[in-house]
Amino acid sequence: MGFTNMKINNLGYLIKEGLKGIFQRGFMSFAAVCVTVACLLIVGTFSVAMYNVDKLVTDLNQTNEIRVFISYDMKEADAKSIGTKINTLENIKIATYVPRSQALEDLKKAHPDTNFGGIYEEDLHYRFKVLLEDNTKMDQTIQEIKDLDSGIVNVKAAEKEAAFITKLQQVLSVVSVVAIAVLLVISLLIISNTVKLVMYDRRDEISIMKMVGATNGFIRLPFLVEGLTLGMLGAGIAFCIEWMVYDAILVKMDSISEFKIIQLVPFENMLLPMIFTFCAAGLFVGIVGSWTSIRKFLDV
Amino acid sequence: MIEFIDVTKSYAIGNKALRGVSLTIDDGEFVFLVGPSGSGKSTIIKLITGELKPTSGTVHVNGYSLERIRKREIPYLRRTVGVVFQDFRLIDTKTVYDNVAFAMRVVGAREREIKERVPYVLNLVGLDGKRSRHPGELSGGEQQRLAIARALVNNPSTIIADEPTGNLDPARSFEIMSLLQEINRLGTTMLVVTHAQDLVEQFTNRVIVIEDGLIASDGMDGFYKYENQ
Ligand SMILES: Nc1ncnc2c1ncn2[C@@H]1O[C@H](COP(=O)(O)OP(=O)(O)OP(=O)(O)O)[C@@H](O)[C@H]1O
Ligand SMILES: [Mg+2]
Repeated sequence: MGFTNMKINNLGYLIKEGLKGIFQRGFMSFAAVCVTVACLLIVGTFSVAMYNVDKLVTDLNQTNEIRVFISYDMKEADAKSIGTKINTLENIKIATYVPRSQALEDLKKAHPDTNFGGIYEEDLHYRFKVLLEDNTKMDQTIQEIKDLDSGIVNVKAAEKEAAFITKLQQVLSVVSVVAIAVLLVISLLIISNTVKLVMYDRRDEISIMKMVGATNGFIRLPFLVEGLTLGMLGAGIAFCIEWMVYDAILVKMDSISEFKIIQLVPFENMLLPMIFTFCAAGLFVGIVGSWTSIRKFLDV
Repeated sequence: MIEFIDVTKSYAIGNKALRGVSLTIDDGEFVFLVGPSGSGKSTIIKLITGELKPTSGTVHVNGYSLERIRKREIPYLRRTVGVVFQDFRLIDTKTVYDNVAFAMRVVGAREREIKERVPYVLNLVGLDGKRSRHPGELSGGEQQRLAIARALVNNPSTIIADEPTGNLDPARSFEIMSLLQEINRLGTTMLVVTHAQDLVEQFTNRVIVIEDGLIASDGMDGFYKYENQ
């Protein structure tokens, strides 16, 4: 509306007016930015957590192996041939034969306090390490493997762990989406309110603008610039704080051995998605926040 | 040109601010609009500027039909009609120069045009020497001159003044009226609403008298005829 007859040389004026407004109403702008920073920080934290859990689940999918045990009554060659059958199944990435000597070594390593003196590799079942394409179909695949051959005595998976992480991922996504939505709405309301106060503050100016024939587009733009700047400023500050705090946590966790198993993704590795998230949130909050309050004002 | 044809305006059901007004003001005319308080003078002005829509009848202003004007056209109508109010409506935080320049900036004028036009109108209203003052540092008469400069700066074909001398003493009032006459002589159509009967008597312009939402008299000697009937 009215943007068409707006020349580029007015743009400088409009942007200047918008920025001037921020300094003229220093405290109000400061408060709006603070609330936005607080909200976006929480939004950012949820995003970071979601990113990490996603990564964890992916990692788990890659390393999560199924172990297939084949009766020690069989000959080794027959046992090995079952591996070929397993590999032909739909959801199998790869089935690798584990020599029984290796299996015994692993057992001894896993239970250093146990005396394996009377146990020889001939006492152990033959075994395969199996990686799946898709871990969500684990139950079905395990059943398929069991049905393959009567020589298969057991199929074991770290099912519980996988199920727990998957569950965590689902819960976290739902909580995150809800929290992000609520917090965005809060920042939006705050910015909207700031712009509304600013417009109320300048209602005389606005009525003069309307009186001399300024288009609504022209009247609106400085306020839009103001809201947008507040939103982006809040996003920028929140982004930097998030980065610093995350790095601090990363260093702390690295130094505590109990947390070594949880590998956090370095912030640098998710820079792009994070910049995108914060920018989008800042833009959204800034534009929608000012737009809604302006519309109400100009319709009078 | 301003043309009202059988215009009525009701603010609420039952109450009628205008009850069938017809009038024509040609380009270049100077017209006083007088009448008692509540007779409908400000309502006529708001109909001209598109702030209000007529309840019935037609209103034509500088080529726009106000009874069916689209919202987005109203800014362009307003660029053809400068408005001056009793209470000046200046921006106290801006200088004299910027108060006038502001009106050009917000309709998208170039800085070069602004630098040429603003000193010209400030000179015309006699405020050339005070361009970096603020409105608070000006007398009432000077503030009204500033408001007139702002109404004039976008070169509208028409200027409408609603009680421009309502806050001024008789001497300042006469100066402002004379200034409006001078601007009219330069080609701007002028419609001036006023209560100041003695002031109107000092000029020989057309006078439209409105009473209770109806035109009571209209003519070069309209005010006297109305007073003496
Ligand atoms: N916003 C409004 N809502 C309801 N009634 C209104 C409104 N504005 C004006 N009126 C009524 O319309 C009638 C005409 O008002 P208007 O303001 O045009 O009078 P006026 O001639 O300008 O008076 P004054 O000389 O006091 O300024 C009055 O009876 C007034 O009470
Ligand atoms: Mg009035």
